[in-house]
Amino acid sequence: MAATTILKLDGLSKNFGAFQALRNICLEIIEGEFLTIVGPSGSGKTTLIRLLVGMDQPTEGEIRLRGTRIESTPANKRPTCMVFQSLALFPHRTVGQNIEFPLKIRGEPPARRKERACELLELLRLPLEYYGKRIAQCSGGEQQRVALARALAFDPEILFFDEPLSALDYRLRKALEKELKDLHERTGKTFVYITHSLEEAMVMSDRIAIMNAGRFEQIATADQIYARPVSKFVAEFMGEVNLFDISGTDRRGIGSGSLGSKDNLDLGLAGDEVGTLMVRPEFVRRVEGKGSSDFWVRGQLRAEYLLGSRLHYEFDCDDGTTLTVEKLREDRFRCAPGDEFLLGWDLANSHVIRSRG
Amino acid sequence: MDKANQRFGFLCSLPILVVLGLGFLAPLAVVALYSTMPERVFSLANFPTFEAFRTLVEQSYYKSLLWSLGMAVVATCMLFLLCWPLAYAMAKVFRSFALAITILVVMSLFVSENIRLFGWSLTLMKGGLLEGHARAWFGIGFEGLLYNVPIIVFGLVYVYLPFMLFPLAQGIAMIPDDARQAATDLGASRWQLLIEIDLPLAAPGIAVGSLLTFVLAAGALAESKLLGGQAVIVIADEIETAFTYSQNWPLGSALSVVLIVIIGCLVTYGLARVDLDSIIGRNR
Repeated sequence: MAATTILKLDGLSKNFGAFQALRNICLEIIEGEFLTIVGPSGSGKTTLIRLLVGMDQPTEGEIRLRGTRIESTPANKRPTCMVFQSLALFPHRTVGQNIEFPLKIRGEPPARRKERACELLELLRLPLEYYGKRIAQCSGGEQQRVALARALAFDPEILFFDEPLSALDYRLRKALEKELKDLHERTGKTFVYITHSLEEAMVMSDRIAIMNAGRFEQIATADQIYARPVSKFVAEFMGEVNLFDISGTDRRGIGSGSLGSKDNLDLGLAGDEVGTLMVRPEFVRRVEGKGSSDFWVRGQLRAEYLLGSRLHYEFDCDDGTTLTVEKLREDRFRCAPGDEFLLGWDLANSHVIRSRG
Repeated sequence: MDKANQRFGFLCSLPILVVLGLGFLAPLAVVALYSTMPERVFSLANFPTFEAFRTLVEQSYYKSLLWSLGMAVVATCMLFLLCWPLAYAMAKVFRSFALAITILVVMSLFVSENIRLFGWSLTLMKGGLLEGHARAWFGIGFEGLLYNVPIIVFGLVYVYLPFMLFPLAQGIAMIPDDARQAATDLGASRWQLLIEIDLPLAAPGIAVGSLLTFVLAAGALAESKLLGGQAVIVIADEIETAFTYSQNWPLGSALSVVLIVIIGCLVTYGLARVDLDSIIGRNR
């Protein structure tokens, strides 16, 4: 990827009275990428996208689009646009008129507008008869496509998405996620997507930015974020995880002592440096004896949950903590609640999160 | 179940049907019948001649009708322009003050229309509040501001303001905020936003407010009498004179019928194009 920065956020902050919604946000969005900003509700992602599209102004900091400062440019003068969570289609206009809206605003002639609207209907795999249909006559998924077509008709430099799939049912959402990724590849545009759903982010994005309490915790590929989170927050946000507090000298789990490990492992922690050992549930396996894996823990099975293709187990450890394990159906444990196990995993499948500050 | 519901609904609406039938439809029928009678009769037991309608055209009564309709149109347009910003502020900007504005506007309705118009009359007349003060303080006297057409229109605008304001505010409140934001995001200027989004989406409120004010203003009498003097004779004035002073019931009835038909057509046309349910809040 020729890494040209299209949008650069520098020290962006937004306060609402005494409340700091965004603190010192820095981010470089690369031309043509699909970037997803993920965070729990209240993390500031909606505030951020409002600043990015120009519906709000930052308290501090700069937004540069290809080097030009745009943070105080109003939304209607910015070459970017957004697909709203509510889609915000115009109920008094037909599908065709909705798609043509940005072209009409720009003063393009009707024939040219219609031609472009038909191209976009085709691009989004909507039948051409939909041109004259009323918005209320379209299903949720079709409205979604109309909103996308309208945004693309604007021909934006960057297309923002504010959780547009959150109102749809599961199956339609899954289908549209893939369609959106496909559309991104076909149009080559820069997509910036906001969601609270990690699954959505993982399926579609080139890069994911994890947001928490008004700042970015980590910006990296889905794979990196999953396997090498930089903080406990990211580790826990990215799905089920087992965490053990350790230090360079205490490898048995600070305050618990239930964790067993081989002596010669290099955890990258010096002396009394404190960190967190992380292992994803799918890497934990049943081991025969201490020493047949790099780490081990004794646990008593509390419950088994069926997740469809996978099984989810919860084990009570000696010190009262819970260890979660996931197995594919074919690797199902033959066991009943109350059974005791020795569970282990290897250093290669674990990750040490160093404590900050 | 459905049938029982229907019967219950009919029973519930029976009292109002009786009242409307006797108090509204019956007099209308009587007026319609009288309009066909020969002039200056006081009985319906005559052969219909439609004489009154000929008089109406020949003696230029249509001029009064045109004055009434014309002033109603002007007053309605002025009210729309005047109320749009205020209604917009009530519905979208100062939502917390909307109640205060509503109470202030409604309070003006607590005092009878005639008394309020007399107040204006005392304010604007020669030797009244304005001219009297101007003469006493600055020594500049002028003729009173009363007894002309613009002051009648002013009276109409003043009296019927609430009837435009509230439907308009209701209509503007129906414009979804996200549609406005999306239009702005897609490049629309304020002006384009108004033309493309605000006006079409507030159309039901605009239609209801305009119809209400137009209908009321077209049949208004007090404004032209109290503020306008004899500057122009409005249709309502002609109808009153025909029924009282001239004792010509068929002529009064004919004038009424013409006014009712014109306004009835307008309202029917207007309401047929507006989804009233959407204003009340159903079907959304």
